[in-house]
Amino acid sequence: MSENKTEISVEALRAGDREEFSRLVDTYSGPIYRLALKMLGIPTDAEDVLQNTFLKAFQHLKEFEGRSSLSTWLYRIASTEALMLLRKHRPEITLSDAEPEDDDNSDYSPSQFTDWCCLPEDEFLSSESQAALDRAVQHLPETQRIVFVLRDIEGLSIQETSQALNLSETAVKTRLLRARLRLRECLSTYYGERLDKRSKE
Amino acid sequence: MSEHEYSKCRSLLGFLSDYVDGSLGEELCEEIERHVAECQNCHVVVDTLRKTISLYHEFAAEAGEVPGVVRERLFRTLNLDEYLRH
Repeated sequence: MSENKTEISVEALRAGDREEFSRLVDTYSGPIYRLALKMLGIPTDAEDVLQNTFLKAFQHLKEFEGRSSLSTWLYRIASTEALMLLRKHRPEITLSDAEPEDDDNSDYSPSQFTDWCCLPEDEFLSSESQAALDRAVQHLPETQRIVFVLRDIEGLSIQETSQALNLSETAVKTRLLRARLRLRECLSTYYGERLDKRSKE
Repeated sequence: MSEHEYSKCRSLLGFLSDYVDGSLGEELCEEIERHVAECQNCHVVVDTLRKTISLYHEFAAEAGEVPGVVRERLFRTLNLDEYLRH
């Protein structure tokens, strides 16, 4: 999320300026809501995360030290809230997850080699295609999904993602690579079928 | 595909994310490019990986608005009702 044209004043926020806080909410609620929706897939859950994120931000503004940007700080609160809600629904999930962070990516070796990049542009813009993109993200393990959403949907850098999730940059990179490879497999299946269908028409 | 080539594919897999992000060192980039020029499967993997990421970038650019009723409820929860019209 890009910092707004007229920058939000951290001093004003800390001093309790409510109008400035409403500007903060309007600037960042779009990206926070999108992150929550991608993580949870259910609009009412995403709304809970959105509300809790700004309630917590309001409560903890005095503790914001400016070591990261305001946006990264908000993403950090929102990511924690989203993962906490996921864990409530499915207690077996943990943020640090038992997923190995080693260099062994053999489980992620590609198995689909169809080149679907040549499909016409309207194929990628259809609502069916958008739903397939959404489904693929929903199928990622939660700890990969949060990294992918922050980095590739919200556009954070590796460093910002690592700050938002309190993970090492190496762990962020490993999870990102695995998420991207999994998504490529999923999309290759979907677009491969589309390619087949078109060639038969 | 020969066994030698396959082990090369696997050894380069770990670098693909940095490669498509443009954050990989020159030497490794050249190694990947040399391999991809000869290995059709890896060529497809790199192209479709790039396309996958770019589809999600476009996806993000399109959907970023909070629905009006959600914004309204958010402002009320935060006791910011008076700024709702802004």
